[in-house]
Amino acid sequence: MLGRDKALEILGTAIAYSQAEMTQVAVEIGESSLTRFANSVIHQNVSERNAGLGVKAVIGKRIGFATTNRLDEDSIKTVVDKAVSFAKHSEDNPDFVSLPTPKPVMQIETYDERTATYSPEDRAAVVAGMIAEARKHGASAAGSLSNGYEEFAVANSLGVAAYNVFSLAGLTTVMTADSGFGYADRISTSIRDFDPIEAAVEAAARSVQSRNPEAIEPGEYDVVLLPYAVAELVEFLSYLGLGALAVQEGRSFMCGKVGQKIAGENVTIWDDGLDPRGLPRSFDPEGVPKQRVDMIVNGVANAVVYDTYTAYKEGKESTGHGIGGIGTHGPFPTNMFMQPGDSSVEEMIASTKKGILVTRFHYTNAIHPILTVITGMTRDGTFLIESGKITKPLKNLRFTDSVLERLSNVELISKETRRQAWAVVPAIKARGFRFTGATEF
Amino acid sequence: MEDLTEKALEKVRDLGASYGDIRIVKRASERVEVKNGKVEGLVSQSDEGFGIRVIADGSWGFASSLMMDPDEVERVAELAVRIARASAQVEHDPVRLAPVEPAHGSFEFDVQQDPFEIPVEDKIRLLLDADGIMRQTPEIKVAESSMHFWRTETVFASTEGSYIEQTKTESGAGIEATAVKEGEVQRRSYPSSFGGDYAVAGYEFVEAWDLIGNAERIAKEAAKLLDAPQCPSDTRTLILEGSMLALQVHESCGHPIELDRVFGTEASYAGTSFLTPDKLGHFRYGSDIVSIAADATAPGGLGSFFFDDEGVPASRVDIIKDGIFVGYLTSRETAEKMGWRSGGAMRADGWNRIPLIRMTNINLDPGDWTLDEMIEDTKHGLYAEMVGSWSIDDKRLNFQFATEVAYDIEDGSLGQMYKNPTYTGITYEFWGNCDAIANRDEWHMWGVPNCGKGEPGQAMHVGHGVAPARFQNVRIGVMESPSEGETE
Repeated sequence: MLGRDKALEILGTAIAYSQAEMTQVAVEIGESSLTRFANSVIHQNVSERNAGLGVKAVIGKRIGFATTNRLDEDSIKTVVDKAVSFAKHSEDNPDFVSLPTPKPVMQIETYDERTATYSPEDRAAVVAGMIAEARKHGASAAGSLSNGYEEFAVANSLGVAAYNVFSLAGLTTVMTADSGFGYADRISTSIRDFDPIEAAVEAAARSVQSRNPEAIEPGEYDVVLLPYAVAELVEFLSYLGLGALAVQEGRSFMCGKVGQKIAGENVTIWDDGLDPRGLPRSFDPEGVPKQRVDMIVNGVANAVVYDTYTAYKEGKESTGHGIGGIGTHGPFPTNMFMQPGDSSVEEMIASTKKGILVTRFHYTNAIHPILTVITGMTRDGTFLIESGKITKPLKNLRFTDSVLERLSNVELISKETRRQAWAVVPAIKARGFRFTGATEF
Repeated sequence: MEDLTEKALEKVRDLGASYGDIRIVKRASERVEVKNGKVEGLVSQSDEGFGIRVIADGSWGFASSLMMDPDEVERVAELAVRIARASAQVEHDPVRLAPVEPAHGSFEFDVQQDPFEIPVEDKIRLLLDADGIMRQTPEIKVAESSMHFWRTETVFASTEGSYIEQTKTESGAGIEATAVKEGEVQRRSYPSSFGGDYAVAGYEFVEAWDLIGNAERIAKEAAKLLDAPQCPSDTRTLILEGSMLALQVHESCGHPIELDRVFGTEASYAGTSFLTPDKLGHFRYGSDIVSIAADATAPGGLGSFFFDDEGVPASRVDIIKDGIFVGYLTSRETAEKMGWRSGGAMRADGWNRIPLIRMTNINLDPGDWTLDEMIEDTKHGLYAEMVGSWSIDDKRLNFQFATEVAYDIEDGSLGQMYKNPTYTGITYEFWGNCDAIANRDEWHMWGVPNCGKGEPGQAMHVGHGVAPARFQNVRIGVMESPSEGETE
């Protein structure tokens, strides 16, 4: 591990060498490993040690960017020269004002030694346990177990200097029992935060429960969406329009809607980079501290997130939601929370006369950003609910629906939430979900 | 490099691995992005490292590192073998590989104009000119144009005696105009959506597309779409333009023929496939005129190479012949299970990823029509252009795609423009209803640089040679939502 001092020293060397008027340098270095299994066998098992150094050089209003994965002094000089040369040969970007100025960054705990150093033998033992659990249920196991760490440091010539080290562990599993499928995933900064066997039991039990699915006519149904599915809806909101750039370009559903109702009163969604219930980060890739942003409050559009570029454009301050120095995608919220309610999945099922329970979605894609219309398939456990009970598994269905329209029709929200990669969300029961097609399994 | 590869292979042999290979990959890229008159991205990237893949105790292990020194090569070789032995802790059948002849040599694709030698100012000027033209149309709120270039140098060496060096240069560019008015956003792109078109080629490929000459047209089309009616919902004849058909081939043919998916090894992420081995040789995938091959030797194709990342020579493999499903994309491991030799489709996204079965160039044979003839021959249909969005189930059966624009076809002529077109179907039914394919003159190799697969994720560059084609009885316009209905 480099450590804070060495990381900031590398950045300082690059900044001191740069001939640009303003320079931002970020370095990331880490190790990650992933054990993958399918058909109840470990079939892929990988590990990598990698690094990245990114330099943003600013001359007037011209910007150049260059990256390398070599951290020796010559390579650092070469990449700085390249960024400066690109800046010199670029054209003015009139909207650019400045790189961020320094602000205090809160230190938060995001590193767990055990997670960073979990060995191939540790992972194999966990996977063996999950496969054994699958066998007990008569199921076949597939999935992956990953662990690793990353040090990230960013500094700029205006005095920003921030460092943090993160560990991350992830588990996904799809279990198959004849024609039935089940799913579970877990993610955390610490591998000790989740129980892989509990995840295996969840997926295996659902695979058994979803055997011999029957077809159902697509149409509008009340749905109970498990958190895996709800996270997908919330993440699409983020992608489609909860960043300032999407608003500034007029392609967000938030355009002209701030202060207006866009979802049901029971729907509140915010982003809080510091909240350890998600995957916390104390600062963004520009070194700007994370601010909490309440994006949708009691169904009312309230705010979007900013990086330095979009914030200066409106005379505001960045909320610490930059996603890196390159690209034209703009800021995104990445540690979102949806307000839980007081219900449970069991209550949702019990209160449903006729509806469909969806475990998760697959291959979801946006069709219309302002109407928040997306399409995708159900996967790994779709069930018919009749008269308050799950009566049979269903073959998978295609949905084409508006996220905000569905979030305007939420009847029940669970008390329990689940951490997903970008969001911590409850299960919900919503009216009138639009299924528009069906497949054969 | 040979001393590093030798050290790695010697180490894995010493540690008792039954097979080992090392890939050293050096990749440079350059990206220029212009948005609304501003240079928003001018990015140079370079990346270098090595990965060692072994079989020990009958299981796979892989480890990689950016540090190109002998001590690190030794550490990584040891780690790869240790990982393989950890994999073997779980009960398994030993991995067996189909044979391949050891290969030697140095190979490079020729390009006319090295894109890395073209001054960056020239690239910026071309994009700014196209950008300026798009923004002359008042409704265009976001004009984007970009170019992307890659050079990848790979060394592959194996314990079976191969030592192969390959160099590949890729280029691509595109423009996109987004028109906005209250409550509506519409986009048109050129030459295809999501960044344009790409090829194994030099800067000449970018110049040939004439981005400037097409900027005004797509801007005006995007503006016109704002007031176009919603695509109706019904079942009719559908004619797809080439870049949209390329995606159709990609999603509904390219992915389900990956034999690792078929064997379930991608089950937890991308999914599996409906094209199970029992269907081989007799399953009707399409109509008689549908023939598709995986061709890693196709000139200019983004999925072309000399050898795959297992050292298997590039080849052309029949996938669909006269409508019948006849072949898969294979690796040495999956081919062995079928009693075959590998067709050479193992590709890795850089030094720090293992090779997976990936598409090469999945090409639809041309027919004997022209697009104009197809339209003239259609009584009631829809002509749809350019990818809007895509979604398909995890066995690759039920798909729904959106296009940027569509036009009514009535009595052989193009008519009303529609916004938000979508079409949906079941893969083999859709291809079974293909009744016309345009000829060789309209056939083009489209480059897709962002095909995702695997854990950790890998983005692959693949190609699709297609000509426009016609399909009967397609369900279109399924995205209408109640709120849209209210505005119509």
